[in-house]
Amino acid sequence: MDVEITLRVDGTDHRLTVDTRTTLLDALRERLGNTSPKKGCDHGQCGACTILLDDRRALGCLALAVAHQGADIVTAAGLVNGGGGEGDGLHPLQRSFIAHDAFQCGYCTPGQICSAVGMLREAAAGWPSAVAKDPNAADVVLDDEEIAERMSGNLCRCAAYANIVPAIADVAHRDEVAAHRDEGARR
Amino acid sequence: MKPFRYEHADTVAAAVTALAEEPEAAYLAGGTNLVDLMRLDVATPEVLIDVRRLTSDRIEELPDGSLRIGAAVPNSDLAADRRIRRRYPVLSQAVLSGASGQLRNLATTGGNLLQRTRCAYFQNVTTPCNKREPGSGCSALEGYQRDMAILGASPSCVATHPSDMAVALAALDATVCVQGAEGGQGPDGELRIPLTELHRLPGDSPERDTVLRRGELITAVELPPPDFTATSRYRKVRDRASYAFALVSVAAALDVADGGTVRDVRIALGGVAHKPWRAWKAEESLRGAPATWDSFRDAAAAELAQAEPLPGNAFKMALARNTVVATLLDLMEAAR
Amino acid sequence: MLQSDQVAWRGQFTGAVVAETPEAARYAAGLVRFRYEQRPPDVALREDRDDLYKPLDAAQFGQGGGELQDGSPADSVLGDAGPALAAAHTVLDATYTTPMYHNNPMEPHTAVVTWTDGELLVYCSTQGATMSRDLIAATLGLPPGRVRVVSPHVGGGFGSKVYPHAYAVLAAMASRTVRRPVKFTLTRQQMFALVGFRPASIQRIRLGADAEGRLTAVTHDVVEQTARAKGYADQTAVCTRLMYAAPHRRTTHRLAPLDIPVPTIMRAPGEAQGMFALESAMDEMAIACGMDPVEFRIRNEPDVHPESGLPFSSRHLVACLREGARRAGWERRDPTPRARRMGRWLIGTGVAASTYPSPRLPGNAATVRVAPDGHCTVLIAAADLGTGTWTALTQIAADALGVPVERVELRIGDTTLPNASPAGFSSGINSWGSSIAEAARQLRTLLETEHGDVVPPDGLEVTADMPANTDAERYAMHSFGAQFAEVRVDADTGEIRVPRLLGMFDVGRVINPRTARSQLLGGMTQGMSMALYEHSVLDQRFGHVVNQDFAQYHIAANADVHAVEAHWLDETDPHTNVMGAKGLGEVCIVGTAAAIANAVHHATGVRVRDLPVTLDKLLSEP
Repeated sequence: MDVEITLRVDGTDHRLTVDTRTTLLDALRERLGNTSPKKGCDHGQCGACTILLDDRRALGCLALAVAHQGADIVTAAGLVNGGGGEGDGLHPLQRSFIAHDAFQCGYCTPGQICSAVGMLREAAAGWPSAVAKDPNAADVVLDDEEIAERMSGNLCRCAAYANIVPAIADVAHRDEVAAHRDEGARR
Repeated sequence: MKPFRYEHADTVAAAVTALAEEPEAAYLAGGTNLVDLMRLDVATPEVLIDVRRLTSDRIEELPDGSLRIGAAVPNSDLAADRRIRRRYPVLSQAVLSGASGQLRNLATTGGNLLQRTRCAYFQNVTTPCNKREPGSGCSALEGYQRDMAILGASPSCVATHPSDMAVALAALDATVCVQGAEGGQGPDGELRIPLTELHRLPGDSPERDTVLRRGELITAVELPPPDFTATSRYRKVRDRASYAFALVSVAAALDVADGGTVRDVRIALGGVAHKPWRAWKAEESLRGAPATWDSFRDAAAAELAQAEPLPGNAFKMALARNTVVATLLDLMEAAR
Repeated sequence: MLQSDQVAWRGQFTGAVVAETPEAARYAAGLVRFRYEQRPPDVALREDRDDLYKPLDAAQFGQGGGELQDGSPADSVLGDAGPALAAAHTVLDATYTTPMYHNNPMEPHTAVVTWTDGELLVYCSTQGATMSRDLIAATLGLPPGRVRVVSPHVGGGFGSKVYPHAYAVLAAMASRTVRRPVKFTLTRQQMFALVGFRPASIQRIRLGADAEGRLTAVTHDVVEQTARAKGYADQTAVCTRLMYAAPHRRTTHRLAPLDIPVPTIMRAPGEAQGMFALESAMDEMAIACGMDPVEFRIRNEPDVHPESGLPFSSRHLVACLREGARRAGWERRDPTPRARRMGRWLIGTGVAASTYPSPRLPGNAATVRVAPDGHCTVLIAAADLGTGTWTALTQIAADALGVPVERVELRIGDTTLPNASPAGFSSGINSWGSSIAEAARQLRTLLETEHGDVVPPDGLEVTADMPANTDAERYAMHSFGAQFAEVRVDADTGEIRVPRLLGMFDVGRVINPRTARSQLLGGMTQGMSMALYEHSVLDQRFGHVVNQDFAQYHIAANADVHAVEAHWLDETDPHTNVMGAKGLGEVCIVGTAAAIANAVHHATGVRVRDLPVTLDKLLSEP
């Protein structure tokens, strides 16, 4: 059953016809040719398809496209140039992943990076995690344990975790923190 | 995935009516479980009625100090809410221990309660399962049992309920607010069901997870005014440190009098039964007892006396007992 | 492929549905109903089965035949272990088991195929474009020249993408039938039935030692799963042939033919599970002999390969043990089990050795081109699955050509390029790198002798076959390592955490420290995952893997990983290749599981001989 919907993807509006069964992940990959989010399991169990859906990190494989009519979606591809990057246009997290060698095969990486963007916003907004030492604390201190727990929805079979955590910590602890905090406060 | 029609309703009443008129319709909220089950051909609705924007996505404080959590409140927002964190920490911790950040952003409060078991046989349409296909048999009973129930199971189903949030809500005496065609005792014909009575034990009809009748829609969950629940805690035990379902989990709140006796206590268990398991017997054994390791252990034993473990999950007996004791000791420590 | 009316295992392909959208194709496939005459599957791995057989011709990866997957013989005997064990001062006799494991790269196996004028073009995810081309062509009855395989980037493989598997052939058959391009991606669930796995094993180890803790006898007898449909035999006990000195020794491999999918290579196939058993046994034996586990291993270090008698091209296991022990703070360790506790956590440390061969595989050639502007192009059908091939081979070429890396352009992953052996056996740098270095050497010679060091206007090109290494006959070539694990075990629940893993490796000269380190960290973390989480459960009635997804087949998640350190000795192997490198992609997963299980024993006093080490095995009824 086909339905016409609109999606804003990486800053561009698209009108497209999808089967009601089509997920956001398949709409992006198969209909719009944006192969940045990856299909690792198609069951919400790996995080490779993580996108930013209306500013929050979410799994494209479990979201039906028809149920997200008009949504604003940012993929890892869309973070380039749009994410406050410097000369190379890369988002600070993208640059940090490269600097820290935070991947091997790279298949989970777009999902890791979108997840990290969303995660930093959540932390800036003061959202606690399961390893919070003080669940009532107003501010989140993103130590390695916090980052690892908050990023556990993104599996990496190459197991680059030992580099992923420092890559994110580096960005979290830099100037970007302030920017995210402002952004978090507005949410 | 079977083809389906996708529909919106403008009001809860319209959604209830629409569902009643379609024999093969289902409500869609966050979709994190339903879409998955549809892809696995476990769920095969012909119509999806999107209810994500029909119910409240806010947490409101009622005049008596209760909190009313709209059914559409995302799990993330529920866990982050400062009132929840302060007054009912067990609930925030339970939600945060489940799934992942991405899933919690999509999943809703109502949907979380109605998620279905992750029993591997239930999710695999090529194997028999009484819950998915009544009368076909239970594959888990003589199959892989690690994730199965030790309490309240039946020969027709030994599945466990996967929710962490529901375990905390069971310990907190939460109430589920429901709208249906037949109306209930609350305002606007709202039906009010104690959370501990929402989910069923499998008996001989494991295809029914809850007492909800066809078309009934969860609109909110209410938490009673806080009492000693500020001293509460969720402890989840699993193989992996994160992003995994519980082998055993414990939601507990403890109130110890100055003299060191237990004034009141709430205990609920996850990962052990077809429903979030309120440990009434353990609570009863503890009230008025000294708050000591021995009492905690006796209380856990009292609850687990009714357990019927399978060979493949017998370890949950010791695990559940030890986790109950450890969690209560932690609460003693925290209260000090 | 679709050539028989018999179904060999649950989940085998029985047909295909082609549609214009993935939604329609999947739905349609679900509507197809087959009627079978049903027979109960036989999937039980037991050491007392009466149909166990000695593997024959299981070697597929190497081209030299042989009985095990790596070309080794199934059995080996030296001396007479029986009497030696009977006469030994200290004896250990223990049986260890490892479960079925699935490779589970994040990228599912995918093929996009199209036919043009009877020629087949396959875009797929493979660790070996050349071998995939040859096997797909042979299956379809085509000459290899009519098939092209393109696979420049691979989303992880860990062995499961070495062989092309049936899915690519099925896609080609479907495409030929519908005369249109066809794309086919396996679901995660299908990956548990169709692209291989590490076979489960039952391993009995017996060790005998004299009063000084010197091993007098070592035996390692393996029974492992294979498919009734097609034999496959991991080289599980081969590690025991080379690790420790002892005059009396025996290793055997026997296969249990089962109605299960065909096993395949999974990172360190055989060594990973074999060294779990051997290195657990060495820990138990050290304790039985009253010796420190590091010192016990050092005492039994051989001078030459204990069975072949060949010298090692380089072997610095003792240095790895000593330096690793120093870095891990091993000298402070109290050997008493269950002696350290912090709050609810029982703390323990453990050690195990690592080893993996460092072979050069046949079937390689490389082309090197230089243009008048100095731009160099290097062509070889190698693969990069996240291992760093793109970077390391470019470096090797630049080094051999004497030019900066910016001037070198590498092309890999396409069968229009010179043939290459698959990415496997930790042989990539050794095989591909040697071929490139040889082509570069010949190019430089040609340039110097024929062209006076001036590149002619049309440029210059040389294609060279991989040079033979005569030292391969005269030396045993292996990488080594020592891994140290610290674990915490919750005294109430048995939950296990690994706060620290430290690996010290002997891998020859490291070409690229950055990608090397990443490989080592990843391998050790996978080893931890193997030790604690992973376990494919075969349903004995239905014959399928019950836990066929990532929610139930747990691989290590971010929160499971704490401090992981990988170090290596600054050594160059004089015999393996001109770079002095040895393999490092697999040695790092070998031994981790034993180091962790040994640490769990140190923490709790409980010896777990059956992987994975899960909390239920540590819960005791007090």
